[in-house]
Amino acid sequence: MQKIIEELSARVQADLAKVASSDTLAAFWQEYLSKNGKIPSLMKELRNVAAEERPAAGKIINSFKAQVAADYEAAAQRVKAAELAARNAAEAVDISLPAKTRPMGALHPITLVKNQIIDVFAGMGFSVYDGPEIEDDDHNFTRLNVPKNHPARDMQDTFYLTEELLLRTQTSNGQIRVMDSQRPPIKVLSPGRVFRSDSDATHSPMFHQMEGLVVDKGITLCDLQGMLDCLVQNLFGQDTRTRLRPSYFPFTEPSVEVDVSCFACGGKGCSLCKGTGWIEVLGGGVVNRKVLQNCNIDPDVYSGIAFGIGIERIAMLKYGINNMGLLFENDLRFLKQFQE
Amino acid sequence: MKVPFSWLKEYVNITITPQELEEKLFSCGFEVEELIDLSAGISRVVVGEITHIEKQEGTEHLNLCRVDCGDYGHDLAITTGAPNIFVGACVPAALDGSTLPGGITIKKRMMRGVESNGMLCSGAELGIHDDWYPGAEVNGLLILDKTDPKVVPGADICGVVGLDDFIFDISITANRPDCQSILGIAREVAALLGEPVKMPATDYTCPGAPDAQIHVKVEAPDLCPRYLAHYVRNIRTAPSPRWMKKHLALAGLRSINNVVDITNHTLLEIGQPMHAFDLSTLAGRGICVRRAHNGEKITTLDEKEFTLTENNLVICDDEKPVALAGVMGGLNSEITPETSELLFECATFARDSIRKTSRALGQNSDSSARYEKGVDQYSTELGLARALHLIEELNCGDITTTAFDCSDGTPKTRKTVRLIPGQINAVLGITVPEAAMQDILTRLDFGVEIGADGIWTVSVPRYRDDVEDFPDLAEEIIREYGYDHIVPTFLKSAAVTTGGLNRPQKEQLKLKRLLAGQGFYESSTLAFYAMADLDALHLPADAPERQAIRILNPISEHLSVMRTLLAPSMLNVIVENLKKGNAAGRLFELSNIYRPHALPLTAQPDERLSLCLGVFGPGEDFFTMKGAMEAIAAGFDLQFRYQRAEVPYLHPGMTAAVFCDGKQVGVFGKLANEITSALKIAKDEKESQNIYLAELDYPALAECFAADYRYKPMSDFAPAKRDLALVCAEEVACGEIEATIRKASPLVVETKLFDIYRGENLGAGKKSMAFSLVLADPEKELPPDQVDRAITKILKDLQYKLNVTLR
Repeated sequence: MQKIIEELSARVQADLAKVASSDTLAAFWQEYLSKNGKIPSLMKELRNVAAEERPAAGKIINSFKAQVAADYEAAAQRVKAAELAARNAAEAVDISLPAKTRPMGALHPITLVKNQIIDVFAGMGFSVYDGPEIEDDDHNFTRLNVPKNHPARDMQDTFYLTEELLLRTQTSNGQIRVMDSQRPPIKVLSPGRVFRSDSDATHSPMFHQMEGLVVDKGITLCDLQGMLDCLVQNLFGQDTRTRLRPSYFPFTEPSVEVDVSCFACGGKGCSLCKGTGWIEVLGGGVVNRKVLQNCNIDPDVYSGIAFGIGIERIAMLKYGINNMGLLFENDLRFLKQFQE
Repeated sequence: MKVPFSWLKEYVNITITPQELEEKLFSCGFEVEELIDLSAGISRVVVGEITHIEKQEGTEHLNLCRVDCGDYGHDLAITTGAPNIFVGACVPAALDGSTLPGGITIKKRMMRGVESNGMLCSGAELGIHDDWYPGAEVNGLLILDKTDPKVVPGADICGVVGLDDFIFDISITANRPDCQSILGIAREVAALLGEPVKMPATDYTCPGAPDAQIHVKVEAPDLCPRYLAHYVRNIRTAPSPRWMKKHLALAGLRSINNVVDITNHTLLEIGQPMHAFDLSTLAGRGICVRRAHNGEKITTLDEKEFTLTENNLVICDDEKPVALAGVMGGLNSEITPETSELLFECATFARDSIRKTSRALGQNSDSSARYEKGVDQYSTELGLARALHLIEELNCGDITTTAFDCSDGTPKTRKTVRLIPGQINAVLGITVPEAAMQDILTRLDFGVEIGADGIWTVSVPRYRDDVEDFPDLAEEIIREYGYDHIVPTFLKSAAVTTGGLNRPQKEQLKLKRLLAGQGFYESSTLAFYAMADLDALHLPADAPERQAIRILNPISEHLSVMRTLLAPSMLNVIVENLKKGNAAGRLFELSNIYRPHALPLTAQPDERLSLCLGVFGPGEDFFTMKGAMEAIAAGFDLQFRYQRAEVPYLHPGMTAAVFCDGKQVGVFGKLANEITSALKIAKDEKESQNIYLAELDYPALAECFAADYRYKPMSDFAPAKRDLALVCAEEVACGEIEATIRKASPLVVETKLFDIYRGENLGAGKKSMAFSLVLADPEKELPPDQVDRAITKILKDLQYKLNVTLR
């Protein structure tokens, strides 16, 4: 028996060395380890062994079988690894080939800026009111303390549709409409399109504004600056500061022009801020008592602050757009440059 | 408002530099748009005294002068061709390396073989004229006045001729018309610097004999609240004195004669427009201020004739209009050198009336520009007194006691505001010391009286029509006290509120983001276009979209109607992109359209959001657009149904109406061939253009959005799948087959076309369509025989209704 096994072992080792694929591996299994394979068949040879030697011979066969099975496993591992490596190599791609993309579009930069401003104020508890674009004289002017014959009407070249109806010249009409339907505390933004009969390199007859209004007890000019500091830091970076200076709007008193420290040069002076270190970005002020009165809100109990931002101006500053016309041309090469 | 620094200094003691003043003005609300340095561009030009002249040999007219330029050289040789030279003359000498206005540089150079160390200059070469410096316009060199102690050799020429000056071009906000004058700015500067205002003299005597015949009345006090007139006789017109010419020159005006100059000077100095009538030309020696009669005519002194309406205020004599009030005098009553008596008019006209007349007639003047900003009655009084003072000072006539003051009754006293300092601090949010408040108000010429009860009574200067209540005073105080005292706070007293977008706003944003995810770029276009843009879409005459609101005062016909449809805007965007070489793209816009309830407009129209999609480019087709529709439906959990439709601007064979919940929400399709052919793009590109448009009524769509999404339980039972290859006539639509399949068996939960085949083996006019069906019963596992029965029923119905057979 020993001899038979030795002979067989030599053949097994020779065949095992030849195993290089799943196919030859399977053939090896078939030849030696399957039910009728050469090694299980050795058990049948036990018949020819003397009865007293049988247990020892059986042991030898089993030990041989276990050895071959272990060798087989090792070979199987080796083949599997080799085949995986071969497959991986065959499947490898040139990763520098162009990507397959589903084309992605984008929102207009005006929408992006508008959303960003809304995000800042939504966190402060502001809701958003979309006022009408075709407005009456009353809401666009008169109740905002711009009665007929008021000098401020000349500040804004108005498109008229009838004697009484016009294209709103500012989103401030939202102030009146909100205060008509809501009692303090009021915190609201009123974004939208506004219209002025003005068209040249720096003016479009239609542009976008964002109005902000707070009416509550004890609201002051200090609150306006604090709130706007928060806005400009969100828009232009944490180091941005605001500066107030006197201005005039009929619906606020006092009225202020708000400048931000130049985010390009940090206030040292550069071409963006024309050497001043400051950039004019918006106007605002303490809501005129008359405007509150016009909305039946008692100005001796409540006070308010309001501001108005030109969205185009912010978009131009933020994205470094030097020509406002680009925002209305809708050139795809332009639109493709903006993502949220 | 242009304010010369030197003129300003006549009223206020200013010891700071113009640049420092610019900064101070800026911080208190007067932005200096430009600080113009009059000496800019002039350097190394000094006073030179000619000490010796000799004719330059070999030349016709050149002379070689020896010039004493003080520290710059006592004996400089300079060649000149000027004819008016003489020994002892002091002239401007531009030295070697000097610059003159207009970017001219002067260098030492050889002139016909002789070295010239610079150039002797004329007034014109310094950019000045006779009003600026006498003799500046002579043909030759500017001969300087040696009696002036500043005229010494080597002195900088700018200081000598008054070019060492600055002009502040100040932007004045609409609430401060009182600052539209030199005096007005002087008052602000004085307050800023804590200096007193040196008021211009306004005293005069009345030596002239009165004239009782002269009469003045105002019939339209609403348009003319104040009208002052004063009679001056024995007019002696003459050139104005040098100081007045200089003032006018600094303001960019030329001197005419003393009388006319006084009216112009008063406008600049006090901010009060004036008019002088040649009284001898006034019929009946009378003035009446009234509304014009409709159809009445006037010829203004620039010889333009206007036909007037009752909206125009006119100044009339006893017979006819002689001036367009506040705008321009009439040709017939103009002051001439022969004028011997005049009536000065000094009035407050309603600003709006002047503006409307000026706009309506297209006629304007310095006077109308000033009136449009607003003139107060205090200035009217001051202006007349100042003009009369100048009449006397310049000796140009004998002032009489014949004077008129027509008033609408507006009090000539100061109005008052009562407040407690706490109210000011409540507006500002900081505590300004009361002493500082009082000091600021006093400096600004407000009167402050503090009562025993702590209440302040603040009297307002009569020229401050803008100040009405304590917040106005809060602004006065903080702009002087300094905005840098404001301490930012964060709504510390405000109640907590909830914020953010509401549901409809969130849905709109979601829709935009969804479309961006589908490869669409958002466009932003103007809300108005031309009727021609609707014509281009072949909309019939009775199309509702043609009921568009017109702008009464459009910028141009291109932008004259409020849009009723976004498609024309989108088409324009696509055309512009094609022109720029962008051959393909997907765009959308979610914007308002404006549908009037009635025309002419009587109420605010229906402003509704419309969603427009535009797709163009070689790779796109009808089904790109349909895919976008399906994406919208999927994103909002909707089921869209499509039906063939006819839309004037879309291709008759490639147009669908979109239905949701049984209602039409929009249309989409390919741009009609005939419209594509008419687009303004290169001819050879037209045929290949593939443009698809969609327009959905957003409110109708949004109505279908589910209030809330609910979880739908998944079936525990495996669905059955079957594929059917069907043969039908070419005309049979996929949708019809799908509808028939679904109707035939309620078990069908999904039908999907996966192949279309046409071939000779099927026969002409036939096609084969292969569908994969999914059948399921949410309640139980479907036994195969039940699936088979359902398929049999489906095939039977297809055969019966559409003549569709199994392939």
